[in-house]
Amino acid sequence: MSRRFTRQLEDGPRDMTVSTRKATRRNPFEILLETLVRVAGYSAVVFVALIFVFLMREALPTFNEIETDELFNRRWYPIEDYFGILPLLFGSLVITLGAALIAIPFGLMTAVYIAEIAPRWLRELLKPLVEVLGGIPSVVLGFLGILVLAPLIRRILHVPTGLTAFTGAVLLAGMAIPTIVSVAEDALDTVPKAYRDAALALGATHWQTIWRVTLPAARSGVLTATMLGIGRAIGETMTVMMVTGNAPQIPAGLNALFMPLRTMTATIAAEMGEVASGSVHYHVLFTIGLTLFLISLAVNLTASAVLFRARRRAERLLS
Amino acid sequence: MHLSRYQTERIAFVAIGVAALLTVAPIIIVVGAIFVYGADAISWEFLVEMPRNGMRSGGIWPAIVGTASLALGTGLISVPLGLGAAIYLSEYARDSAWTRAIRLAIVNLAGIPSVVYGLFGLGLFVLFLKLGSSIAAACLTLSIMTLPVIISTAEEALRAVPQSFRVVSIGMGGTRWQTIRRIVLPQALPGILTGVILGLERAAGETAPILFTGAAFFLPRLPSSVFDQTMALPYHLFVISTQVPGMPIQIQYGTAAVLLTFVLAMNVLAASVRSWQRRKRQW
Repeated sequence: MSRRFTRQLEDGPRDMTVSTRKATRRNPFEILLETLVRVAGYSAVVFVALIFVFLMREALPTFNEIETDELFNRRWYPIEDYFGILPLLFGSLVITLGAALIAIPFGLMTAVYIAEIAPRWLRELLKPLVEVLGGIPSVVLGFLGILVLAPLIRRILHVPTGLTAFTGAVLLAGMAIPTIVSVAEDALDTVPKAYRDAALALGATHWQTIWRVTLPAARSGVLTATMLGIGRAIGETMTVMMVTGNAPQIPAGLNALFMPLRTMTATIAAEMGEVASGSVHYHVLFTIGLTLFLISLAVNLTASAVLFRARRRAERLLS
Repeated sequence: MHLSRYQTERIAFVAIGVAALLTVAPIIIVVGAIFVYGADAISWEFLVEMPRNGMRSGGIWPAIVGTASLALGTGLISVPLGLGAAIYLSEYARDSAWTRAIRLAIVNLAGIPSVVYGLFGLGLFVLFLKLGSSIAAACLTLSIMTLPVIISTAEEALRAVPQSFRVVSIGMGGTRWQTIRRIVLPQALPGILTGVILGLERAAGETAPILFTGAAFFLPRLPSSVFDQTMALPYHLFVISTQVPGMPIQIQYGTAAVLLTFVLAMNVLAASVRSWQRRKRQW
C-alpha cells in the first residue's frame, strides 16, 4: 500500500487533452455523476478535517479540567487523578526507537537483496512473502509474542518477565519491515538502469555499484521508507498492548529496553473501554489520541515533502 | 588488513543475504506454526458452534460471522466512495492546489494510527451520531480507515489504462462518462478489485478501530441488525489470549489459524486477480 501512495505523490494528475475536454457533451446525467465523483474525491480532505475536529472536541476540555503541567507529571495513575503522560510518551519513544533500530537495517538490506541481488525467481518468491508479513493481523503477532517470544526472551536474558519493551520492539519491527521493504524496493527499482550500466562499465563491482550509485540515487525513497516504517511502528496498538507489560514507568538507563513499559496507543486501547464518557480521564485519553494524530501528521507531511523535493530535483536533472 | 574490493563485495553480499533470510524465515515459521498447532483445534464443530463455558469450549461461529459482516459492510461503504474518489483523481482532476490537498489528505489518512480511528469513530459515530456501539459504527470507522488503500490502488489501475483508449472513445462520439463507464472501468477492473480485496483484508484483521465502536467481548448469539454489537475474530483472539484465565491453548491457536486463513485467503485472491489481469490485459 505504501508503495502506491509513494507513486501517488510522484505522479501529478494527468490532464486530458484540450480537444477531448471540449468534445464532451454535457447533459444533466453527466453533470450529476461528475458532481458525485468530485464529492467522493474531496471526501478524503473532509475526513481528515473531521478526525481533527472530533479529536479536538473531546480533547480540549482537558485543559479546563486540569493544569497543563499535570500532563507533564511523571506519574500515570488515573484512578488517583495522576494524568502524567510522560511515561507513556517515554514508552512509545523507547519501543519505537528499538523497533526502528531493528527494522531499518533488516528492512533496507532485504530491499537491496530483493531489488539488486536476488535472481528473478527468488524475487518473485520473496516479494509476496514480505506482503504476507504485512497482512498478518497485529493480534496474531501479539498472540505469538505472548506464547513464544516472551518466554524465550525471559529465559535468554534472565529477566523476571518476558513482557518487555524489547519484546514489543521486535514484533513492531516485524510490522514496520513490510512497509520499509516495499517502499525502499520501489525506490531502488526506479533508479535508471543506465546508472548501473555506467558504473559497471567503469569497472565497479556489483557491490560498489549498489553502495556508491544505486543507493545514493534512491536515497529520498529510502528515507521515505524508513519514515513511513517508523510511522507505522508509533501507531501500532494491539501488539504492544499484548506484549510490553503495560507498566507506565520511566526507568533510567539502558535497561529500560528490557523492562515492562507502556505506550500511548496501548493506554488508549486498554482504558477507553472502562472510562465514563465525559470524565477527566476520558478527555485525557482523547488528548493522547490527538497527540498521536499530530505525530502521524508530522511524519507523513515530512515524508511527502522529502519525496516532493526529490521529484523537483529529478526534474531539474533530467531537463 | 586491507580487503580487496572483491572480498568487500563477498562480505557485503553474505551479510545482506543473511539479513534477508533472517527477515523472511520468521514469516514462514510464524505462519507455519500457527497452522500446525491450529489444525488440531479446527473441526466443523469449532467453526459453526457458539462459544460455551465462558468461551473455554464450543466454537467461534459468532466471531466468524461478525468479521465477515464487518468486512462486507465496510466494503459497501468504502468501495463506492473510494472508487468515486479514484475516478475523480484520475479522470477529472487537474493539477491544482485542491488536488494536491486531496492527495496529501489521502497520504495522511493512510498514516493515522488505527487506535485514533477508534477514538474518532467513538466521538463521531457512536456518541455524536448516536449509533451506539454497533456494527454500523464499526463499519463506518473501518471504511474511512480502508479508504486510502482503495483510492490509491484504484487510481493506479485507472491511470494504467492507456490514454489512447480514451481518445478513441471520445473520437467516436462517446461522452466523458460513457468513456469511463464502458472503456476505462472495464479495463481497470482487475486492478481495482485487487485494491478492494487488500483494503478489506486490512479491515478484517484490525482490532483497535472496532474496540470502542462495535466489538463485543462475549455475545453467544448472532447480531440481529446493524445496530447490534458483534464479536469479531481479531478481538476474540485478543480476548481469549489475554483476558480469560485458564483458556485452553488449543482454542487460541485454532482461532488464530482461522483468522490467518481468512486474511491469507484474501491475499491469495488478490494475487490471483493480479495475475488474471496480466493475462487478459489488452495493451
